[in-house]
Amino acid sequence: MFMPNISFLNRRRCLALSLAAAVVWPQAHAADEAPEAFIKRVASETLDTVKADKSLRSGDLGKIMQLVDNKLMPHVNFRRMTALATGPAWRKATPEQQKRLQDEFKALLVRTYSSALSQVSDQTVVVKPLRAGQDDKNLVVNTEVRGRGDPIEISYRLEKTPDEGAGWVIFDLNILGIWLVENYRTQFTKEINAGGIEALINSLAERNKANASVGRKT
Amino acid sequence: MSAARRWIGAAALGAVLLLPGCASLAAQDPRDPWEGMNRQIYNFNDTLDAVVFKPVAQAYVNLLPSFVRTGAHNFLGNLGDVWTTVNAALQLKGQVALESFMRVTLNSTLGLYGVLDIASEAGIEKRREDLGQTLGHWGVKPGPYVMLPLLGPATLRDVVALPVDLQAGPSAYFTGSHTRLGVTALRLTDTRAGLLKAGDALREAALDPYSFVRDAWLQRREHEVYDGHPPAAFDYTDPDAP
Repeated sequence: MFMPNISFLNRRRCLALSLAAAVVWPQAHAADEAPEAFIKRVASETLDTVKADKSLRSGDLGKIMQLVDNKLMPHVNFRRMTALATGPAWRKATPEQQKRLQDEFKALLVRTYSSALSQVSDQTVVVKPLRAGQDDKNLVVNTEVRGRGDPIEISYRLEKTPDEGAGWVIFDLNILGIWLVENYRTQFTKEINAGGIEALINSLAERNKANASVGRKT
Repeated sequence: MSAARRWIGAAALGAVLLLPGCASLAAQDPRDPWEGMNRQIYNFNDTLDAVVFKPVAQAYVNLLPSFVRTGAHNFLGNLGDVWTTVNAALQLKGQVALESFMRVTLNSTLGLYGVLDIASEAGIEKRREDLGQTLGHWGVKPGPYVMLPLLGPATLRDVVALPVDLQAGPSAYFTGSHTRLGVTALRLTDTRAGLLKAGDALREAALDPYSFVRDAWLQRREHEVYDGHPPAAFDYTDPDAP
């Protein structure tokens, strides 16, 4: 198929080709995506999936959870997100408590943002130029979702994970100037001060149950 | 003697001022020293919202076609751009002032008195600057968080700026108390209508809605004052890290 063609090449060209390959190959392999490209890709892919699937826009929570698990969670360090929202009490929690806390927190967030999906129509994601002098361990990418109405500012806080997945994971999210982890720290701390980590998990579980029973007008 | 007495007086005054702070809950947020009163006003606003503002906003959305609402939103936004231009100039932000001025010029003429936001279509970004932000820009500290009846969250800095901000708002361009009241009512309804989804989401997202709104609003305000780049405040050290 392709291999025999090589015999038609003269030695020099063959050498040049293999040299080029030697130069290009290791870079293509080792180079992780640039943070702006990573965010642009993940945000656009998610938006396109929602545009293409009516059941996601109409608030089908099962489908939305699938989308979150398959498309978003691989790019999110959700353990770190939950830990940061919890604060110092995180380290005292048992692994089993940490797991339940992550699950309930995730359910709460998915539920909260699922209503925003009904607004998706013809939006596009515009990634703004990166601010200079940022740290690889804590790097903010600012974006704007443009469509009908006022643009929506969304920012992502990333940490570099060399040679792992896309090379970056998200550990905080900012919508219209509000960082999610910081905003939940007060909420979580209040519950922990009142009754410890177990009280926090129970409150989140109750909130999730109440949200599920109310249902939502679409 | 008199110096000593003055010291004792100052110490006593200090004790009086500080003691109520010490007596209150340990978990209190230093930015919200008037939390007790603020919570009461928050509950009052919440009730009023459920009875008046939310139903009115829902009726507004259900009864009027979206192009009318968009037109009204743009019209009010155009008047707001005038005040943004002034405040951008006061903060010596030449480019923002110039762009906002161009927005007003374009939208007021080709955009039919601002009903069409053709400036945004042309890629001239909409900004929002008010006197509270201008004060912040020149180093005035936000002061304590204040929950205002009807008007909602503010800081003391915004409360000081509020009379001027209101005077310079959209109703300033109309004469006659009825017309002005109408414009103010339209503005409140337009704002509330834009928050219908957010209000529902808030109820689902928060464990304690009062502090959730407070923290979100204070973050958002800092974001506005620092044009999207507030100084880092939160400690992101990984609690998992040894």
